[in-house]
Amino acid sequence: MSGITAEKPALGNALAMGSAVVFAALGLFLALQGVDPVMNLHGVFLALASVLALIYIFTHPSDDSGGYLDGPIRVATLAAVFWGVIGFTAGDFIAWQLAFPALNFDLPWTTFGRLRPLHTSAVIFAFGGNVLLATSFYVVQRTCRARMPGRWGPWFVIWGYQLFIVLAATSYILGATQGKEYAEPEWHVDLWLTIVWVAYLLVFLGTLWKREEPHIYVANWFYLAFIVTVAMLHIVNNLAVPVSFLGVHSYPVFAGVQGAMTQWWYGHNAVGFFLTAGFLGIMYYFVPKRVERPVYSYRLSIVHFWSLIFLYIWAGPHHLHYTALPEWAQTLGMTFSIMLWMPSWGGMINGLMTLSGAWDRLRTDPVVRLLVVSIAFYGMSTFEGPLMSIKAVNSLSHYTDWTIGHVHSGALGWVGMVSFGAIYCLVPWLWKREGLYSIKLVEWHFWLSTIGIVLYITSMWVAGITQGLMWRAYDNLGFLKYSFIETVEAMHWPYIIRAVGGLLFVIGGFVMAYNVWRTVRGDQPVDLKDQPRVAAAPELRHGVAAVPAE
Amino acid sequence: MAGHKRIDEVTGVETTGHVWDGDLQELNKPLPRWWLYVFYACVVWAIGYWMVYPAWPTLSGYTQGYLGYSQRGQLAKDVAAAKAAQETFRQAIAATPITDVQGKEDLFQFALAGGAAAFGDNCSGCHGRGAQGAVGYPNLNDDDWIWGGSLEQIEHTIAYGIRNGNEQARNTPMPRFGLDGVLEPAAIADAANYVRALSDPDGVDKAAAERGKATFAEQCAACHGENGQGNLELGAPNLSDGIWLYGGSQEAVTQSIVTGRGGAMPPWLTRLDPVTVKMLAVYVHSLGGGK
Repeated sequence: MSGITAEKPALGNALAMGSAVVFAALGLFLALQGVDPVMNLHGVFLALASVLALIYIFTHPSDDSGGYLDGPIRVATLAAVFWGVIGFTAGDFIAWQLAFPALNFDLPWTTFGRLRPLHTSAVIFAFGGNVLLATSFYVVQRTCRARMPGRWGPWFVIWGYQLFIVLAATSYILGATQGKEYAEPEWHVDLWLTIVWVAYLLVFLGTLWKREEPHIYVANWFYLAFIVTVAMLHIVNNLAVPVSFLGVHSYPVFAGVQGAMTQWWYGHNAVGFFLTAGFLGIMYYFVPKRVERPVYSYRLSIVHFWSLIFLYIWAGPHHLHYTALPEWAQTLGMTFSIMLWMPSWGGMINGLMTLSGAWDRLRTDPVVRLLVVSIAFYGMSTFEGPLMSIKAVNSLSHYTDWTIGHVHSGALGWVGMVSFGAIYCLVPWLWKREGLYSIKLVEWHFWLSTIGIVLYITSMWVAGITQGLMWRAYDNLGFLKYSFIETVEAMHWPYIIRAVGGLLFVIGGFVMAYNVWRTVRGDQPVDLKDQPRVAAAPELRHGVAAVPAE
Repeated sequence: MAGHKRIDEVTGVETTGHVWDGDLQELNKPLPRWWLYVFYACVVWAIGYWMVYPAWPTLSGYTQGYLGYSQRGQLAKDVAAAKAAQETFRQAIAATPITDVQGKEDLFQFALAGGAAAFGDNCSGCHGRGAQGAVGYPNLNDDDWIWGGSLEQIEHTIAYGIRNGNEQARNTPMPRFGLDGVLEPAAIADAANYVRALSDPDGVDKAAAERGKATFAEQCAACHGENGQGNLELGAPNLSDGIWLYGGSQEAVTQSIVTGRGGAMPPWLTRLDPVTVKMLAVYVHSLGGGK
């Protein structure tokens, strides 16, 4: 196991400290010389973070931890839980705002327009991103039997990413945005994320390079596809010319329909590679690990991986049906979405069928239930997506809340639940516990989330189809039957039901945070006897199973 | 740890022989047939779709597809058909004087439907979906008109709007008695009490109202009338009927005198066609207060 040794520190330390000094100086410069308050604030954040990093590196010159580098993974896991409950809460708050607009409070910082990107970025990038960082670092080391390269690289990736989250969130609240959905941060925040992401790619590739296994495990194909493609999407969609290098404002290089097409090429593949490929990587490790069964089909994983990767990247134009986008591009977006159906379902089949021979786990282990139900939601939303990309369906569903419901069946059902499953696996494994503090609380979390999601997506189906039908209803004299405001009024009750569903999901998030906190703190599990053997950290499993005192 | 292939006991299927992280393995199962065939079917369907609809870009344009279909063509056809279906009625309304529309049952019904649809998307934002109005936006269901409630008067108001710079708009302003220093704050407060007393003699400071009488006669009566009964020609609201556009509290009335309010309405003829404006007038007139 020569791959699992700590690095020689001297050069790495010098490089890390040098970078910290440079970033601290840059931060200080922007704090003092920036031409708008957001840039000043971000300069302060960058300088503070760099100084803290400098102090830490200076006081920790040598690394005595052998084996896998798990410290950054622990941070990312806790960050995922922390940002998760914030992002869920923000989402439910704006859901109530839609039902009761008075909750905007007539303050710029609390309006829907600013809180909505806060919610989407918090759940996708802060929650989902940290889950991806944590699990990919965990999985790539274990399946390569190699420690991540570099003393500080992995730490920079994790903390640099948290800084990105803080910069993005403060931008939105203070009103600095480039107005691109899921890519709202301005140019300077984009640049910072680019640096972090390239470091992430290097750490991941470096671990693969050092691997002690002849084959690269399937989860790592998906993680690598996610990291590489997100880098490409992020850079191309955020190409912009700053008004001033000392201010936050910028103009995008693509305009008009080219800008729209670039944005939705990015937007759809953020779904495809961030929220699908990355989380399939999670599924391919945590499902077989947790149920202790082999992956259903190696050949299916190869074929569905390559077909998914090849087809997804073309599907973006289906977000722009019946717009100024040329019709041929709409056709391609739609047909590639249809062809994408089976490649997506390949992942569902491989995930679900991995349980063959272990279906009883579904009854006994709520963590398995979270993982399996997430795959079911994945299957449902990857069927619904191609369906909605068909122009005739899209002419009804587009611009309605059906889209919102579709996104959330994927986001809450698939991404959320597979993440919860992975977090519940990871926490005892990383903190070397014999199990979770309470498996009963996982059961509660499962049911709160499931009922919440069902309320959410059914109310949005009703809302969306109602909206679509009302918008296109004509009376027998040829006049529109409903004014726009009537279609808004019709949304009131579905919006309330949606917000209630969201509230259940939020409560589930807090239950998870409590359970994770008690487990991390090292409290004696209250229901260890109900937990499967795999709930314990790998090094403790013999102790739990057969040998009482080792 | 490239182990050797073994047969999985549960499924009877061979593994690939790869093992990661202690126990991660893969079965060497073939692709599910149904999965593969549905995938092929989707690909065949996509290729078929490309042949009949516009699909692939070329150097000089794009493949048009056998059907010769285009979204824009379809839209133009649909719009033309919708227009043709209404053409007879629209032409008849254009040719009929507005006062005669009510007398022709089918035209009247068409105008009411068209007016209601146009009202929902253009007027309800300010006047409310039921035309009930809001603070600053008059209720259109009652017969308390500011600029007149006959069909022609309503049509003119909709067509050209109020205080919007349009030459034919209803442009008469009310002076800003406070902001321009015409009246002292004390005089304004007294006048406000007097104005409120016109509809609610017992709900005001009677002494102040008495003091305000002279100010009213001097400054307000010219437009609003000696008894505050209003003047449609000047858009000066009736102040004696207890119906308030900006609220009837002492604060609200004071504010009106101080700022003159100057509420505006767009000239809808710049956005809607004359037939739609005419139908809107018929619709608003029918709501209950038409004269």
